[in-house]
Amino acid sequence: MNKDQVLLNYVLRLGDNALILGQRMVELVAGYPELEEELANANFALDYMGQARMFYTYAGELEGKGRSEDDFAFLRDENEFHNFLLIEQPNGHFGDSIAKLVLFDSFYLLLLEALTRCSDNRIAEIAARAEKEIRYHLRHNAQWLVRLGDGTEESKSRVQESIDSLWQYTGELFAADEIDQVFAESCDGPDLEAMQGQWHINVKAILDAATLTMPEDGWMASGGKQGRHSEHLGFMIAEMQYLQRTHEGANW
Amino acid sequence: MSNKEWPLYEVFIRSKSGLSHRHCGSIHAADDQMALDAARDTYTRRQEGVSIWVVRSSEIVASDPAETAAFFEPAEDKIYRHPTFYEIPDGVENL
Repeated sequence: MNKDQVLLNYVLRLGDNALILGQRMVELVAGYPELEEELANANFALDYMGQARMFYTYAGELEGKGRSEDDFAFLRDENEFHNFLLIEQPNGHFGDSIAKLVLFDSFYLLLLEALTRCSDNRIAEIAARAEKEIRYHLRHNAQWLVRLGDGTEESKSRVQESIDSLWQYTGELFAADEIDQVFAESCDGPDLEAMQGQWHINVKAILDAATLTMPEDGWMASGGKQGRHSEHLGFMIAEMQYLQRTHEGANW
Repeated sequence: MSNKEWPLYEVFIRSKSGLSHRHCGSIHAADDQMALDAARDTYTRRQEGVSIWVVRSSEIVASDPAETAAFFEPAEDKIYRHPTFYEIPDGVENL
């Protein structure tokens, strides 16, 4: 893969992560028990959607074949999405969602910080904007994790289960493949290995505050980055793409 | 799960530096930190503010509407309390 292809694929991955997580959160819209949290969730989902649009638009320009942000989002198949397995996992209960967001955002914030310093100006600009959004998401969701962990006996045991069952998807966040390596070399991209140490420290601090136990690193699932997904992504994409697949080019 | 409602908080937003905070509404939240977040997510989505105050509604001491007459009406005929009886000396540009 040459440098241009790597850059395109790297940007697409960033877009895929933002879109798929945003869509997961969209599924929760109108389902919250409190209006204030409802608004927060919808705001967050829109933040991710906005990031996906910026990454996809840039990807379209890099590719130069006239594909738009909508083409990337609605007219690609499951195996063409290269998002992490972690974020395509179903929402589950509230604690599951919060645990997933804390684990992912802790990583995503470090990634965005690193990307603001990469040599690709466009990625650096998008990252600088997204970083502010995610810093707030993490603050908000970490507070919830602390409330649940340090809450009642039931909330604590349930959210501990959430963390435990999602842990197997966190290894993939830091498993650098060819695209990560070439991007790191050619564009001053992030050093995922170094980032993993910082992530452990940050996540441990949140889990400690929440009186939760940090799981041991065991077997880790992988494949999302290469387009090999869990069974959950297909259903989600089917729902997300239904309208554009049935009425191609529909807009309002 | 408890069905108890979260406490009510009043939200005050400063729309830009130099102006004062203004009351803009209320939200429900379980604690102070959540109240601040909820106020941010509910009332500053369209760049309405640069600073937020939240305070528990139960902490606000308010005047009693039944006492409006005794509280406010005596001021009605005290026009001498308005600074309108002074002659402004020539040469004073800003007052």
